[in-house]
Amino acid sequence: MDILTANNIVKKYANHTALDDVSISIPEKSIFGLLGPNGAGKTSLIRVINQITGPDSGEVLFNGAKLSQNHIAHIGYLPEERGLYKKMEVGEQAMYLARLKGLSKNDATAKLKYWFEKFEMESWWKKKVEELSKGMQQKVQFIVTILHEPKLLILDEPFSGFDPINANLIKNEILELKQKGVTIIFSTHNMASVEELCDHIALINKSKKILDGNVKDIKKAHRTNTYEIEFTGNLMGFTNAMWAGYELIEKSQEGEYCKVKVKLQGSNTPNSLLQSVLPSVQINSLREVVPSMNDIFITNVNSSINHPIGNLTE
Amino acid sequence: MSKITLIVQREYLTRVKKKSFIIMTLVGPLLMAGLIFARVWLEMIPEVPKKIEIIDESMMFKGKLENSKNLLFFFPNNTLTNAKANFYKNDYDILVFIPENIIDSHSIQLFYKKQPGLTTQDNIKNLIQNKLEDWKLIASGIDKNKLESVKTKLNVIANKLQKTGEEEKSNNEAGIIIGFVGGLLIYLFIFLYGAQVMRGVIEEKTSRIIEVIISSVKPFELMMGKIIGIALVGLTQFLLWVMLTIAITSVVSNNFLEKKYDSTTVVEQTYKSNTPTNVEQEINKPDLGEVGEMLQNINLPVILACFIFYFLGGYLLYGSLFAAIGAAVDSEADTQQFMMPITIPLIFSFIAAQVVVTNPESPMAFWFSIIPLTSPIVMMVRLPFGVPYYEVVLSMVLLVLGFIGTTWLAAKIYRTGILMYGKKPTYRELWKWLFYKA
Repeated sequence: MDILTANNIVKKYANHTALDDVSISIPEKSIFGLLGPNGAGKTSLIRVINQITGPDSGEVLFNGAKLSQNHIAHIGYLPEERGLYKKMEVGEQAMYLARLKGLSKNDATAKLKYWFEKFEMESWWKKKVEELSKGMQQKVQFIVTILHEPKLLILDEPFSGFDPINANLIKNEILELKQKGVTIIFSTHNMASVEELCDHIALINKSKKILDGNVKDIKKAHRTNTYEIEFTGNLMGFTNAMWAGYELIEKSQEGEYCKVKVKLQGSNTPNSLLQSVLPSVQINSLREVVPSMNDIFITNVNSSINHPIGNLTE
Repeated sequence: MSKITLIVQREYLTRVKKKSFIIMTLVGPLLMAGLIFARVWLEMIPEVPKKIEIIDESMMFKGKLENSKNLLFFFPNNTLTNAKANFYKNDYDILVFIPENIIDSHSIQLFYKKQPGLTTQDNIKNLIQNKLEDWKLIASGIDKNKLESVKTKLNVIANKLQKTGEEEKSNNEAGIIIGFVGGLLIYLFIFLYGAQVMRGVIEEKTSRIIEVIISSVKPFELMMGKIIGIALVGLTQFLLWVMLTIAITSVVSNNFLEKKYDSTTVVEQTYKSNTPTNVEQEINKPDLGEVGEMLQNINLPVILACFIFYFLGGYLLYGSLFAAIGAAVDSEADTQQFMMPITIPLIFSFIAAQVVVTNPESPMAFWFSIIPLTSPIVMMVRLPFGVPYYEVVLSMVLLVLGFIGTTWLAAKIYRTGILMYGKKPTYRELWKWLFYKA
């Protein structure tokens, strides 16, 4: 079941098209990575989902129903460009933002109390926002975003401004929310965290979606049949033992100790490679070189510049 | 509670709780009351009478000039040369020389150590002039009393005769003042609080809270919430000023000025200070009763109701435009180029108001009091002169339509502008924003 489906979204501004026929579907209870270079159209898409702007054509469905103002209470949004009223007190401000999301006064008070205790922030309540550090402000913003227990959470660069300890705290909160059944759209340039957190991704470049799908499937599709082998022995002996059908991509040697990357061609398997080199060298390790999300990102963005549409899923 | 109420509440409370608001609210009435009392006070300070040495060669004035509170006359037997030489040795303030042929020459000379005030100079001149006139009357054999009885003061009571035959007293001082002060207040209110709306929008933009908020509420709700919240701040401040001014004035006049000036005097003083032409000259009885009657001649409740209508209508009309400007720019420094279309009609209507006072039924007065951009100020000034009902209704309807129109336009610029960062838009871009789909 998809919690959110966007069908053929087009959004044009005076001089350029921000979204060109973009469709995505976000499975329920997953973490969905929305990726793309700067200016690709991610924020435009997020704004359409948040009903901040409307699309010129196309439609967005929330739980199968056309997106409407009623859904605002079920969506939590942490924008990349985020701030607070500097002169307002932290507690007052958190109450205000919570109530704008539709929480009652008592509800908001109780929930804020819970979260301020959990994050050890009770002493900030009466402070003015401008007295807080940037990281502290980010914590307040995070709490306000999730306070009304949205079904869909949209986090745009949620870790920016946090030190490693607090970033970890937030990461664990995100995973806990997922456990509770919240669906999360996660937009970031930090590919390591995509790898760590996301189940699905969509990659947008130049207003178009160029790739989407399950992270495992995408990685599988981007396999290059390349293996990294570490061995002790003669590097020359190793290369000579390889038959045709193998391509040596990288090699390095430190005394007896060697490390190579080999790409298998045709129907060759790692087993056949091992069979041919075993007599010559002592194998220490062999593992498949799986493309990182970083590689997949760069490859796809670059190739989409040459070949405008390259949907590699299914 | 609806979201717009929450926004209005925040906009109102954060401003009213500010120190600057509290200080302004307290200082304003103190200044007003201070101005009122400064006048009264100045009159209470006893002036040191001026000693005046008169060298009267005509020998007509000795003993004929009566001393007054401020002027003491001395007639030593002295010559002008002598008096001038000894002027600084004596404690006379002023030396007046009346030549022998004063009756023909009509001129006297006046010497002083320190420049005397205009009133002092006028008083001396009038005293001598009156005495000369008396002399001449006697010389021509005219009885002074008879002459006085012939003098006539004509009192014109201006009435506007309606088509229906009704008569209406119009064109009185108090009305002009009320209308003009009302117009001035509306003018100031639009500028002061309109700018606050603009600054509030810029603050939300630069602090980057805007995107968080408009993911919860519609941009239009946020804009209207802000405009209404600030209007309430303005009304609160205005009402507090009026009440505090009245309170301070009455407390001070009861406690400190009782002996010499009762509170009616204070009120009377205030009226006099505000009236450009002297009430005494136009109406024979310069007592407070007349002023009160003048006030009764104008339909105060109607004027007050109209004032509140134009006060709010004008502010709402311009408030949304101010919000749109705030949304279009990144900082207050960039607002200049967009302020022009707002300030020009405002300043224009203020200038027009001054012309309308002298000619309330001219075509210009009519048009400016109908067109929504200028009507709040100009109509306010015209009202006390008596404006046909259909004109008032037309002007009000157009103001409401104008308000809806500017809000509609401004909302479109606003909702696009609040999400635009970095570049300063041109008018052409603003025009394009009007056609973006929400």
